[in-house]
Amino acid sequence: MSARSQILDGIRRSLHRGELVGDARAAVDQRLATPPRGPVVARAQLPQPEKVALFCQWAEANNATVARVAAPEVPAEVAGYLARNNLPASAVMAPSPQLDRYAWGSQKMLSLRRGRPEASDQVSITGAFAGIAETGTLVMTSGPEHPVSLNLLPDTHVVVLREADIVSGYEDVWARLRDRYGKNAMPRTVNTITGPSRTGDIEQAMELGAHGPRRMHIVVVRE
Amino acid sequence: MQSTARDFKHNAHDALRDANLQDSLSKLKVGFSERRRQAAERLPEFEALRDRARDIKNHTLANLDFYLEEFERKVIALGGHVHWAPTAEDALRIIADLCKSVNARTIAKSKSMISEEIGLNDHLEALGIEPVETDLGEYIIQLRHEPPSHIIAPAVHLTKDQVADTFLEHHRALGFTKRLTERNDLVAEARQVLRQKFLDADVGLNGANFLVAETGSSMLVTNEGNADLSNTLPKMQIVLASIEKVIPTLEDAAVLLRVLARSATGQESSAYTTLNTGPKRAGDLDGPSQYHVVILDNGRSSVLGTKMQDMLRCIRCGACMNHCPVYGAIGGHAYGWVYPGPIGAVLTPQLIGVEEAGNLPNASTFCGRCESVCPVRIPLPGLMRHWREREFERHLTPRTVRQGLAVWSFVARRPKLYRRLTGWANQLLALFGRGEGRYRSLPLASGWTRFRDFPAPQPGGTFHAQWARQRSRMRP
Repeated sequence: MSARSQILDGIRRSLHRGELVGDARAAVDQRLATPPRGPVVARAQLPQPEKVALFCQWAEANNATVARVAAPEVPAEVAGYLARNNLPASAVMAPSPQLDRYAWGSQKMLSLRRGRPEASDQVSITGAFAGIAETGTLVMTSGPEHPVSLNLLPDTHVVVLREADIVSGYEDVWARLRDRYGKNAMPRTVNTITGPSRTGDIEQAMELGAHGPRRMHIVVVRE
Repeated sequence: MQSTARDFKHNAHDALRDANLQDSLSKLKVGFSERRRQAAERLPEFEALRDRARDIKNHTLANLDFYLEEFERKVIALGGHVHWAPTAEDALRIIADLCKSVNARTIAKSKSMISEEIGLNDHLEALGIEPVETDLGEYIIQLRHEPPSHIIAPAVHLTKDQVADTFLEHHRALGFTKRLTERNDLVAEARQVLRQKFLDADVGLNGANFLVAETGSSMLVTNEGNADLSNTLPKMQIVLASIEKVIPTLEDAAVLLRVLARSATGQESSAYTTLNTGPKRAGDLDGPSQYHVVILDNGRSSVLGTKMQDMLRCIRCGACMNHCPVYGAIGGHAYGWVYPGPIGAVLTPQLIGVEEAGNLPNASTFCGRCESVCPVRIPLPGLMRHWREREFERHLTPRTVRQGLAVWSFVARRPKLYRRLTGWANQLLALFGRGEGRYRSLPLASGWTRFRDFPAPQPGGTFHAQWARQRSRMRP
């Protein structure tokens, strides 16, 4: 008997039944096809402008910094953030058409490379698939336009998030994923990220910058 | 891992005398448990979410074979591999073979309690493969050759000074010769040492908080980002998960995530929650080219359909141990195996036998705090009571206790005899003098009076006698 059937038959024996058939099978198939949602978290059920404000509030509570700007101001805000924090004016940026819409050429001092980060890169700039207002969480999806390591390796992560991409909760993100990638077809990696990397492993005191970025700056864009 | 659960009483005595441990444990009461209370109060829907989380897990367990097969189908469709491991030995063999297939020398591990359960690190080391723990707490205890003392905070038993000494001893050879005194410096040094390990590793191995059947995704929750580096940079990702980790859909994950972080650390959300689905896709600039999931049973399927099935709902948040007065007094190591605290007292006898671990469920006053905070409402005291009954049935309880219980049950089933004997005992205790309202020592009760005074009976006779008087007064 294969290891697989050893486990699956063992489960069925314990549950005193064979493979699911008939109505029982139809019920679980149905549950997978139309997933029921859990209790609604009321605090994020808001009109869009207040949803954006809630996102910013929670992101800051989770140690990210937030700037709210209009689309033409994005490159200046990023360059200004790096200068204000004495960070190098060079960054590795996600090769995403979404980011190419901003006039990066206007910042003569800012040097950008598009692609995957090297171990020596100090700053990364990426977009985001969505923002979750309920907890101030960013959602990143992997692909040729967004290598996962941009979210993790550099010390400083600058994220450009459009107001229109801020949603209430996880459930809205799942719906958007199914729309974009098709049902049952996830990208290789979906990172949901809430603030900079942290650890409480020494005496339960929270310290930032465990393995991922030490600083996270979110540029929320009005469009 | 070698169990010392049999020596529980001895371990507990040692723990109570360990000054460093007591210092660390004193922070637990104001740390995790207070933060959990605040997080729960901030979310009015928290109790409804707990009910839903329990129901999701119950539904999944009732259809576990279906959801595991569905998960497997999705993983394969996206180019991943699923390996089935009925026992710990099977899982060790599968993982070793996978590592050998890519000539792995170093594997970057992120915290996995199941890897502790099957003794993975020792097995890999014996084969000449270096497993590097990358979660900061796990890394610290790996350097110290200690097991974790808590399921989400493995080094919670250590003080900052102990960590500083450990780092100085082990990092000196790497050129770090200064003894550090600040927590953020210790974190920064570990980051620097481990960053190189991530870059060098051939395989990334992690556990899973959930396996999502709908999408074939493994889901991981961390604060440090170590799991994400370990499943992004190396060329092979191995996910080690037990059968009960599967859940039906992403919507179910949303419910469970909302109760998990709040119950564990009191955070609204952990910093990183990651879904990995299959290997990297055409055109992706990073990610592993191989994605393997090892599904471990190790005795769990036999718990299904029994009174003990509820233990399989556990999502490993650690709230039960954070709120347990016994864990708070002795820490995790005294429990002697992988899983400490109330959930450990329930899981350990199942996984390594009631003969070995029968002592653990006895270390409880059944105060019920664990059950009152469990995000999936596992009736932990009830399950511990079950193990006590099994221990008694199998004649594993010490002879004196069994004889005492036999006398008690003989008397307790004969009300007249019971009332007469307790009446006499009451009068007899009165003879010893009830002046101070307590006794410093009593014959046959030294086990009690060695540590605390025994309360003297108050005037008015036994409870039964007082109750009878009260009732006759109330009836006209």
